[in-house]
Amino acid sequence: MTSKTQTVPLAAPLVMQRSAWPRRLKGLVLPVLILLVLEGVVRIGWLPSYQMPAPSEIAVTLIDLAEGALWKHIGVSLLRVLAGFAIGASLALVFAAWVGLSREAEAYLEPTFAGLRSIPSLAWVPLLLLWLGIDETSKIVLIAIGAFFPVYLNGVAAIRDIDRKWVEVGQMYAFSRRRLVRRILLPAALPGLFTGLRSGLSLAWMFLVAAELIAATKGLGYLLSDGRETSRPDIVLAAIIVLALLGKVSDGLLAALEKHCLAWRDTFNGQGAEQ
Amino acid sequence: MQPLLDIRVERKSFASTPVLTNVHLALQPREAVSLLGPSGCGKSTLLRIVAGLEKDFQGQLRSPEGEVAFVFQEPRLMPWLTVEQNIGFSDDSHYDKAWVAQLIEEVGLKGFAQALPKALSGGMAQRVAIARGLYSRPQVLLLDEPFSAVDAFTRMRLQDLLLQLAKHHAIALLLVTHDVDEALYLSDRVLVMDNRPSSIRQELAVDLPHPRDRRDPLLARLKALALTELQRAHVI
Repeated sequence: MTSKTQTVPLAAPLVMQRSAWPRRLKGLVLPVLILLVLEGVVRIGWLPSYQMPAPSEIAVTLIDLAEGALWKHIGVSLLRVLAGFAIGASLALVFAAWVGLSREAEAYLEPTFAGLRSIPSLAWVPLLLLWLGIDETSKIVLIAIGAFFPVYLNGVAAIRDIDRKWVEVGQMYAFSRRRLVRRILLPAALPGLFTGLRSGLSLAWMFLVAAELIAATKGLGYLLSDGRETSRPDIVLAAIIVLALLGKVSDGLLAALEKHCLAWRDTFNGQGAEQ
Repeated sequence: MQPLLDIRVERKSFASTPVLTNVHLALQPREAVSLLGPSGCGKSTLLRIVAGLEKDFQGQLRSPEGEVAFVFQEPRLMPWLTVEQNIGFSDDSHYDKAWVAQLIEEVGLKGFAQALPKALSGGMAQRVAIARGLYSRPQVLLLDEPFSAVDAFTRMRLQDLLLQLAKHHAIALLLVTHDVDEALYLSDRVLVMDNRPSSIRQELAVDLPHPRDRRDPLLARLKALALTELQRAHVI
């Protein structure tokens, strides 16, 4: 290589100037458009407002609720989800670690879990109501069952997917079993564990609604069924919106924690992602 | 002189396929020995037996307890740990900071102590892996095709670095490679391996002082010899 091309100045602004429009705004386009169209369609009278209230009407209902009982419902639902998720996810992590790390435990436990998993979780509802009554316990247990399986499955897979090459590094240093878990297996399994926790949390919200729809006097699920019984679609939609927001916020918190804990990951983050 | 390490493998098989038969290898203190052969000839298996990673074989191994370190083909750094933490990996969080800092400087990575592996190039990552190998102050460093994944120029620089470190810390090297030039440049003895089931086909002594000149005619003559042996073994 004796060419003198090295003096050619590098074209500095080679990076294509991407649209300066922030990504967040792009994501808002579709929902805003839908809301505007709905508002128009309802106002014109193409959709009867007793079936599909205008977005502005839903907003008014939301504000009314916020001045009244909404916070109580949110508090009750949040507590149920947190309690159920905490119980279900912790049990799942314990069993996932046990089954993931020990072939013996896998042989004993895995077939049972596979069997239990094939029961649609909502089928437990009548039994839970019979055994535990219609108060808090049955709801929390149902939510815990819902959160258990995604966390358990992802946990076992996360441990079993760990590259043997890393484990060999530990063997080279004659690590004890405990040290191997703490120094290599746990950090290496963390991405998979987070995936499980996040899908477990979203299932916890789903089972909360199921539990509260069936028998409750408080909570967002109750608000949903109350809206249906009193023919108030605006209340139903308002509750749906609140559920969506809560789901998004709780997942966002977990995602932030995940991002913080897994900053070391060298992963693909979408084509043309900004640096 | 009592050898530092002595390995005799009468037989090693995977399932019912024999991979190694009648291999005897002794390593003297500060000696550099290369095992040269094609991929899959069992030379990596031999190295793993020496490392204690492979325990199921017929034969005997005598090696200095706790004084053997391994540098793998890939760097195998823990991606969640910084360069510094990776080098001191064997001592958990209470690693010897001063010793780690010295090693980082010796492998030419000053300023990268706090970097995560994802920020390193392949050559830099392998430097960290070598430093991690040296951290436990071993007498023997085992290397499994350590430079096969880096480009030719990086490879030459890493070879020189390895020789310099081995000399400075008085370490014996046992290296597995399929690169004839690398084997001859680094080692005092090159052991040419047969194809499966493999044994040591020929031993070539490289009687040249360090630092060596890669263009030395003796190296070229030895390369011709090694290539002839490999051809006879139906490797090439």
